[in-house]
Amino acid sequence: MQEWANQLCENRQFGSKMTDSKYFTTTKKGEIFELKAELNSDKKEKKKEAVKKVIASMTVGKDVSALFPDVVNCMQTDNLELKKLVYLYLMNYAKSQPDMAIMAVNTFVKDCEDLNPLIRALAVRTMGCIRVDKITEYLCEPLRKCLKDEDPYVRKTAAVCVAKLHDINAQLVEDQGFLDTLKDLISDSNPMVVANAVAALSEIAESHPNSNLLDLNPQTINKLLTALNECTEWGQIFILDCLANYTPRDDRESQSICERVTPRLSHANSAVVLSAVKVLMKFMEMLPKDLDYYGTLLKKLAPPLVTLLSAEPELQYVALRNINLIVQRRPEILKHEMKVFFVKYNDPIYVKLEKLDIMIRLASQANIAQVLAELKEYATEVDVDFVRKAVRAIGRCAIKVEQSAERCVSTLLDLIQTKVNYVVQEAIVVIKDIFRKYPNKYESVIATLCEHLESLDEPEARAAMIWIVGEYAERIDNADELLESFLEGFHDESTQVQLQLLTAIVKLFLKKPTETQELVQQVLSLATQDSDNPDLRDRGYIYWRLLSTDPVAAKEVVLAEKPLISEETDLIEPTLLEELICHIGTLASVYHKPPSAFVEGSRGVQHKRLAGSAGSGESVESPDTGSAAGVSEAPPAVIPSQGDLLGDLLNLDLTPPTATGPPPAAAPGMQLGAMDLLGGGLDSLMGDESEPLGGDIGGSPAMGAGFGAPPAAMPASFNAPVSGGLDDLFDLGGGVGMTMGSYTPPKTVWLPAMKAKGLEISGVFVRRSGVIQMEMTLSNKAMSVMSDFAIQFNRNSFGLAPAGPLQILTPLSPNQTIEAALPLSTVGPVMKMEPLNNLQVAVKNNIDVFYFSCQYPISMLFLEDGKMERQVFLATWKDIPNENESQFQIKDCHLNSDAASNKLQGSNIFTIAKRTVEGQDMLYQSMKLTNGIWVLAELRVQAGNPNYTISLKCRAPEVSQCVFQNYEAVLKN
Amino acid sequence: MIHSLFLINQAGDIFLEKHWKSVISRSVCDYFFEAKEKAVEPDNVPPVLQTPHHYLISIYRDKLFFLSVIQTEVPPLFVIEFLHRVADTIQDYFGECSESLIKDNVVTVYELLEEMLDNGFPLATESNVLKEMIRPPTILRSVVNTLTGGSNVGDKLPTGQLSSIPWRRAGVKYTNNEAYFDVIEAIDAIVDKSGTTVFAEIQGVIEACVRLTGMPDLTMTFMNPSLLDDVSFHPCVRFKRWESERALSFIPPDGNFTLMNYHVSSQNLVAIPVYVKQNISFFETGPCGRMDITIGPKQTMGKTVEAMMVTIHMPKAVLSANLTATQGNYTYDLANKVLVWDIGKLNPQKLPNLRGSLSLQSGAPKPEDNPSLNIDLKIQQVAISGLKVSRLDMHGEKYKPFKGVKYLTKAGNFQVRT
Repeated sequence: MQEWANQLCENRQFGSKMTDSKYFTTTKKGEIFELKAELNSDKKEKKKEAVKKVIASMTVGKDVSALFPDVVNCMQTDNLELKKLVYLYLMNYAKSQPDMAIMAVNTFVKDCEDLNPLIRALAVRTMGCIRVDKITEYLCEPLRKCLKDEDPYVRKTAAVCVAKLHDINAQLVEDQGFLDTLKDLISDSNPMVVANAVAALSEIAESHPNSNLLDLNPQTINKLLTALNECTEWGQIFILDCLANYTPRDDRESQSICERVTPRLSHANSAVVLSAVKVLMKFMEMLPKDLDYYGTLLKKLAPPLVTLLSAEPELQYVALRNINLIVQRRPEILKHEMKVFFVKYNDPIYVKLEKLDIMIRLASQANIAQVLAELKEYATEVDVDFVRKAVRAIGRCAIKVEQSAERCVSTLLDLIQTKVNYVVQEAIVVIKDIFRKYPNKYESVIATLCEHLESLDEPEARAAMIWIVGEYAERIDNADELLESFLEGFHDESTQVQLQLLTAIVKLFLKKPTETQELVQQVLSLATQDSDNPDLRDRGYIYWRLLSTDPVAAKEVVLAEKPLISEETDLIEPTLLEELICHIGTLASVYHKPPSAFVEGSRGVQHKRLAGSAGSGESVESPDTGSAAGVSEAPPAVIPSQGDLLGDLLNLDLTPPTATGPPPAAAPGMQLGAMDLLGGGLDSLMGDESEPLGGDIGGSPAMGAGFGAPPAAMPASFNAPVSGGLDDLFDLGGGVGMTMGSYTPPKTVWLPAMKAKGLEISGVFVRRSGVIQMEMTLSNKAMSVMSDFAIQFNRNSFGLAPAGPLQILTPLSPNQTIEAALPLSTVGPVMKMEPLNNLQVAVKNNIDVFYFSCQYPISMLFLEDGKMERQVFLATWKDIPNENESQFQIKDCHLNSDAASNKLQGSNIFTIAKRTVEGQDMLYQSMKLTNGIWVLAELRVQAGNPNYTISLKCRAPEVSQCVFQNYEAVLKN
Repeated sequence: MIHSLFLINQAGDIFLEKHWKSVISRSVCDYFFEAKEKAVEPDNVPPVLQTPHHYLISIYRDKLFFLSVIQTEVPPLFVIEFLHRVADTIQDYFGECSESLIKDNVVTVYELLEEMLDNGFPLATESNVLKEMIRPPTILRSVVNTLTGGSNVGDKLPTGQLSSIPWRRAGVKYTNNEAYFDVIEAIDAIVDKSGTTVFAEIQGVIEACVRLTGMPDLTMTFMNPSLLDDVSFHPCVRFKRWESERALSFIPPDGNFTLMNYHVSSQNLVAIPVYVKQNISFFETGPCGRMDITIGPKQTMGKTVEAMMVTIHMPKAVLSANLTATQGNYTYDLANKVLVWDIGKLNPQKLPNLRGSLSLQSGAPKPEDNPSLNIDLKIQQVAISGLKVSRLDMHGEKYKPFKGVKYLTKAGNFQVRT
């Protein structure tokens, strides 16, 4: 009792309560020492108190690892609480003290034999959490026993333990046959065991996409459905998510699964509900639409979705993101439920914004009046982001529901009258969109808009207004004055506004040539001579040349009729939507991106598709998709939302509809040049996974460097020989374009000295007798000595990693250059990169760490034993579904088929057979990647025709593009 | 699966961390703090955040953030549901979910978290199962344990863990057997300026308090079950019986639990119990405005409306309010710009009124946004949807239990726009 009294006195600040907060008081010096003494005390109670103090320190992040041996000594005890506490400690610190942790093994093994199932389960569970290799070896036998334990509580704990072990040492789990035991547990008599086995298998399967661990067949499905009714809510989530991966054989099976899953819609746990919705949404695809049951099912889906919206805001958010997908796929489910999406003022902002989005998706002629009244209400709220979005929403309604357009426009005009600055600006941006949807209908409001010209200070609003003035220049008397007023501060404007202003003035000139000649000259010279922005200069030159050579064509191009915009612009692309529907309830559904785009854990990419719809074969001709303004910023092709529309407009003006106007002949060449500049190693945007191959032409600073070279001294008159200068420019583009795809050029600069404080690295990838090497030249262009070099790779698509340290032993003195060869292995961590063969590298020296990214030719990964047996080839070719086939053209290749075959063999692309049909040689070829992926190819060579056709088939169609590039590179060199 | 959990207070201090797999450095929370900074209000922190290597899923409850770290694809709803369950459990154990209470009981909380998840998979989340394994602290027990060296941790396998009815423990005994049910309905509504109902629905819940010996099997039937649009049940309810007979048949958990949630949606007509006549205006000239609010009964099903309260979030520029209330008191919280008018019972003969002037910060522009009114109210002994329990029967046990059903209607999210 004396001790207690002391302690109580010591803890006066916490009052006299006997609470755990007393454990926090020992923050003084010598704390560890005191604890050590207490841990070694003879009194049980004191020991326990001491362990509690240790745990308390641990939970708040203090380091108490020094007490490891003392705490482990307390493990041998009959007191379950003490035992559990020691286990908690062990799990946290064993990793840092592996040798000490071994001391605990005996107790674990003994506990696994205990009579009390709780102790057996606890032991096996804790052992799995100790992430020390040596311990896992001892774990195997006890685990094997526990997986077959008579007590289901122990079995279900053991099932999870397999997943833990797999995380630590996957190979061990496979070698020991635990995966098969786990699969057997799916047929266990106890539903909880089944659920845990499913959960464990799902987690393991995530890191083994092709392992076929969850081999679903009608029998297992039946077992899962039975367990579904009896297991816990969490187990139901795992089972439902697993069911969603199954493809029913026919509509009858589909229906019967749906029938057995529907009761889950009434579960109190929203995650269960959403997982059930996923299964139903997916399997519904297989049901014939005229089936009565189909209609019943549709009706059953609405109420649970609505109910999710009365849950906590965090749950609402996830639900709303998913509902957003569901209403795009099946608008009929929620079409009568508009009102539940009305925004309440105390909703968190993230809920408000999502609700707004769905309101627009559900807007129809029937409910538009209600929706508009709501939106107008929102536009007077306090939160600026929300108000902006509400105003945009009004515009989207106008575009979506034609009958409401007039009412929307008048609502927007009302809002403009409020004179609230950001409301006015948003309103003008959306009115521009309305003009594009309904040309020649609402132009009467232009006068009102012009009144507010001065108050616009945001680039987007300014650009929108300028577009309107340019587009309707003929109806605005003082259009030239208005535009001129913008021109004064031309260089202070953002690029968006500058580009728009350029286009608008050219439009104005084409419409009223007599009085605006001076203005157009002024803007062209501002854009071409005084600007550092390559986009702006390019566009300026193109207009200039157009205007000077063929004004009629210019008119056709610049004033071409624009395609109408539609509400589809903000819908998710259908194939992506289909994939996302299969991922309802997952992170993918929250981000509206396919899992492959961002989930690190899913190493292999498994695209899920809704049943019944065939995947579209990818046909990639030439990468000319990126156009000048750089809208394609992310590969998951969400069609640009309203916000990007303006970017779209800009593009349209520049690259006019090919049907109407003759495109400037040199433009494609320029684009290729630009692409190569990016692809050639200047791509320095490290860490940005969404960086496309080279689509992002605008906005990359590298461009400036590339095009900055030609002195753009242009005579400021139309009649002067402008074309000469322009040709130069285009020649430059063409010239750079030529180098594209040249086969393993000597060495490319990966890291320019400018970006790395004087360290320049250039290099090349080679494969020599089966070893991949990265051969680098490092130059020191700085004034001081460099030393302590080291290199690291980011995770990449094929697990490339340095096989050893970077061997640069001597310091690199100024102006010295050194060669280094780094052998690479392919067993590093894997993450899908975009493009696939992108490699992000970090190089360290005594000065700093530098990052660059480079692309390796995929042939580095082709194995020497990539020659397939003929029979196997035939069978495999047939076996790979046709969706996985991609076709490419290789142009201007003057080799005959044998020479081509020889050349390709040098890169480990093996010709298996050759067939000649009607003068056309067909080569059948195979290659094998280091990660075991086979690629099959059919190369067609027509004598006398320099264009080859190549078809690639592979189970992982993502690699096709890279392989094709490699073919092109090899053949053209 | 769920990798780690951090408990963070409003000030942004991490006061507890728990890792179910390898240890993740708490620096991962920096991404969260960044988002928190950006969101200004703690309510507005987005619940799902992406960082280069992890996902952060968080909830904000009782002024605390429960932040979980995950590394692989996990259903976010599962994580959020689980986090709420953690908060529920803490509340259940210690009476309140607050930083000081968690700190006072940190070891128990830690033990609980360990029982609730294994390797990120939920293990035991049912309150009665947990309580059998880790006993909730009471002053008496901690004294007794201190003297006897006893422990808070049960050493037997919880009986509910593996039976087909995990929510009920075996061997329950009471001298007084009783089963009480509360039918509570909350009205969510938006009423616009003119008094038209823009949107209204009812969120209903049946809370149960069942203390019955043995393994009772209960059946509850309703007079008008067709009212219920969407229902979600406690796992104990047999769904088939509901589908076929619209009756709730279940073996109840022991103690307090939520039997079912239901939803009467906007498709049905929802009775709005009160009307509000209001006029709030700010003058173009001079820094002041006027306010006049009257409240009267509308569809109250013949019952008295009690605990009436009106909350108004005033525009930032409003400095003070000089008002007279014919009934109840009002307070104006200058810091948060919240005006609260506590009315109490609504007397249909003498309608409560609040009127007077508002003074604005001088020089501030006329507020653009009009404040919304939030209404609180209670009506005893009636479920506004008209739902009524008709019978409650018990099988499986021989004794006669006390039974009772109470009804209560209250305002949920009831807004009047101005």
